[in-house]
Amino acid sequence: MSTYSSMAELLALSEKNGTPVWKTVQLADCAEQDVTPESSWETMKNLLSVMRETDRGYDRRQRSLSGLSGGDAGLMEDRIASGKSILGPLVSRVAAAALRMGECNACMKRIVAAPTAGACGVLPAVLLTVAEEQHIPDDRVVEALYVAAGVGSVIAQRASISGAECGCQAEIGSAASMAAAALVHLLGGTGEQMSNAAALALKSLLGLVCDPVGGLVEVPCVKRNVTGAVTALTSADLALAGIQSRIPADEVFDAMREVGEKMDRTLRETGEGGLAATPTAKGRE
Amino acid sequence: MSIFDILGPVMVGPSSSHTAGAVRMGQIVRRLVGGEPVRAKILLAGSFASTGAGHGTPRALVAGLMGFDPDDERIPRSFEIAKERGLAFEFGTVALRDAHPNSALITAVNDRGEQVEVGASSPGGGRIRVFEVDGLPASFSGEVPTLIVRSDDMPGYVSRVTGVIAAQGINMSKLQVERNARGGRALMVIECDQRIPYRVKTAITAIEGIHKVTRLNPGEESK
Repeated sequence: MSTYSSMAELLALSEKNGTPVWKTVQLADCAEQDVTPESSWETMKNLLSVMRETDRGYDRRQRSLSGLSGGDAGLMEDRIASGKSILGPLVSRVAAAALRMGECNACMKRIVAAPTAGACGVLPAVLLTVAEEQHIPDDRVVEALYVAAGVGSVIAQRASISGAECGCQAEIGSAASMAAAALVHLLGGTGEQMSNAAALALKSLLGLVCDPVGGLVEVPCVKRNVTGAVTALTSADLALAGIQSRIPADEVFDAMREVGEKMDRTLRETGEGGLAATPTAKGRE
Repeated sequence: MSIFDILGPVMVGPSSSHTAGAVRMGQIVRRLVGGEPVRAKILLAGSFASTGAGHGTPRALVAGLMGFDPDDERIPRSFEIAKERGLAFEFGTVALRDAHPNSALITAVNDRGEQVEVGASSPGGGRIRVFEVDGLPASFSGEVPTLIVRSDDMPGYVSRVTGVIAAQGINMSKLQVERNARGGRALMVIECDQRIPYRVKTAITAIEGIHKVTRLNPGEESK
């Protein structure tokens, strides 16, 4: 028995097999997909390279087809360079990185859906920036990606990673949850702390609706990547401090599904409610 | 579901359903028409028609018709590349009854003058589902090895086609058979557990009354 459908099962499996959480996720997937751990590792490592390549290839002059997205990460970079950002060196850089990736997605650049295209900025913003700041080797970042994937697959099984099904909480919320747990691994935390970080992050974003202006993956998606990334940072730090989520991760995921089911369809990626229904949004149609 | 469905796919943005899925649709039409497409008429339906332009859906469909993968960075320039390659395309919209909101109806003609009309939907995550081939209903995704056989409707042809597959030791997991009229045009869609080798295609193509055989093996895209 190598599969899991809850964080509790994943941690128990890790304990029972005497393998770290990331390795447990990897081996379970290898068994399921009939691939070798080496080939799985190469696939994961490639995702990291794509993330890094796209991040470095950001061009502040690029604009999306609709003209709604582009240039904002450049503005944030200017503010960091000016020394005026109140976020401090790490958080301000994470914010800029999340904007870069979100804008690259809107501008038809190559991205890694994590877990979706609209939420593709959260995970790389957090992992690439923290790894660089703390000189953490790539192998450990790849391991952290496995942790993120493990959390994401539990969320997908218990709730959803689709905005059309459960709103933005399922996209940016899931991405933040995955990134928080991954960050705990990156910084040497325990499986328990990963689970707490995942719970804390999603709890903070529960109820977030999917209300894209014009039905496009741009407004508010690009900037919500910043929200997700910063939430992941704080959640991981809280968990590493030993702070627990009073509601266990699995129950938080189940609550997300329930909230999603109660969400009106106009707030689930249809582009008919929320921000998409504002006069300004309507005005551009 | 694999963990690489959670992290991944690697794709050109901005939308897995409206961009990556649209590329996959174009690819499958390319496979079904065979050879090099030279003309295409693409009718967008539902959300593809209303939000497609901002998602690069038309460019993604044309990229797929040229055999590009969803992570190909040439996708945003596909219109220009198609002109260079001599692929003429036109777009329109269509209302499709009972279809998923993200759908398109694509007619493609190849360099030998052969034509196919395909209806397909992109329900999310970059996955697609073909619901119609040449006006006949179908349902396949290309995520498992799939054989699509277009032929005349004639007695015994189902058994002759499946006989070829059985003789290769390949297990069929799903078989769909449709025709437009008795003795008219027929469509068989066969999903298999094992990769479908080229010799299966040649053996089936040799059967009388068979017009076109298409193999879809996951991970082996047309280039």
